[in-house]
Amino acid sequence: MNSSNEKKSRYGMIIDLDRCNGCGACTVACAIENNVPPAQNKTNIKTGITWMQVYHVSNNESFPKSDTVFVPMFCQQCEEETPCVTVCPQNAVEVDPATGIVGQIPQRCLGCRYCMAACPYHARYFNWWDPQWSEGMKKQLNPDVAPRMRGVVEKCNFCQGRLHAAKAKAAAQGKKEIDPVEYIPACVESCPMQAITFGDLADETSTVSQSAKNKDTFRFLSRLGTEPKVHFHSEKSWVRDMAEKTLTRSKKEIVHG
Amino acid sequence: MKYQSRVIFGSGIIFSLIIGWFFFPMVLFKSESQPLQYNHKIHTGEQAGISCEDCHVIDTDGRFHGIPTVAKCAECHSSQLGTSENEKILVEQYVLPNLEIPWRIYSLQPDNAYFSHVTHVRLGQLKCEECHGTHGSSEQLRIFQVNRISGYSRDIWNASFSGMQNKSREGMKMDDCIQCHEQRGRKDGCIACHK
Repeated sequence: MNSSNEKKSRYGMIIDLDRCNGCGACTVACAIENNVPPAQNKTNIKTGITWMQVYHVSNNESFPKSDTVFVPMFCQQCEEETPCVTVCPQNAVEVDPATGIVGQIPQRCLGCRYCMAACPYHARYFNWWDPQWSEGMKKQLNPDVAPRMRGVVEKCNFCQGRLHAAKAKAAAQGKKEIDPVEYIPACVESCPMQAITFGDLADETSTVSQSAKNKDTFRFLSRLGTEPKVHFHSEKSWVRDMAEKTLTRSKKEIVHG
Repeated sequence: MKYQSRVIFGSGIIFSLIIGWFFFPMVLFKSESQPLQYNHKIHTGEQAGISCEDCHVIDTDGRFHGIPTVAKCAECHSSQLGTSENEKILVEQYVLPNLEIPWRIYSLQPDNAYFSHVTHVRLGQLKCEECHGTHGSSEQLRIFQVNRISGYSRDIWNASFSGMQNKSREGMKMDDCIQCHEQRGRKDGCIACHK
């Protein structure tokens, strides 16, 4: 009964960048699963909503040393000093104590977009317009995910609707713990290269917690100390080095912060 | 008169409270009746002896089916069994043409609220009666009072407008959920009940 007796999970991911071929199936599966409305005509790269976005990164070398990698980027589910939680004036974001998922409550959000500025990964998106679905598309909306309204921020939440469904299924069998195979986010499920592994980092025996210890596993901007729960894996050293790089700033920009 | 101003003040307060508690709700809520009257007592009593979970099914995936489909009613009422007017409406207007009954749903919540019956019943060991009271042995369906602004049932807010309540957990607001969870020492995050 008491939650303090219950097992605490820390859901996380390992993304194998050497496997990712940049097909974008994860981005589509994510949008369908989470009722992200289709982009309107006036949408551009800044105003669109892409919880999951695949970046194309090159090592800027000439042939034969040239190499590229595709990086799926989404909410990294920071565990410590979570930037969006820290700045939110509305308490609309919180790290869920039971699962470690950084949850967004759109009904509390006032749309100040401070969290978007604070997020080191640019993983948060603002609803510039009310969602509009054409008539046929409304039938395929996911009943487990509430659509958002204009003027609020949204982001990846590890498909928490699927977590609810998995918990309900476990409860139907009288179990408190979910079966790990029942809770798999849409992007993981859709990846044709099986580049994404999802699981509980708090569980020592899970595949993710084993892979997280691998020497070729890294996290983006880990020097910030936010302890993101999304890990990446690559055997190429230039890819691992890229994770700590930021855009070079001019001297003037550095002076002004 | 020595107390004249106090009497006027007191009666003014009482008058305002009567307006606020009894007449204002009539403005805010529109009363609608259900498409037909369902008698829970006949179905759950000795005559038929149906349990709650026979019609309000929880399936193997843990999904709660809430109000049964007309096909469930038709399992017994494919033709009229008794003489009551409501059963006649059921058979003639819904069962024979195979149309779903447009029940007004007292518990309808906004999209972002998540509630799982199965976790409360199977894991929380709550009896149906603990939240739904004597609904299972009621003879009449209550009048459905819909909020003219939000479109949700008055049951969400709790029937008492004054905020005073005899029983705990009468309403279905977030505060009511939190109250019960806190009493049982649960510490849940937002996403436990929001989707």
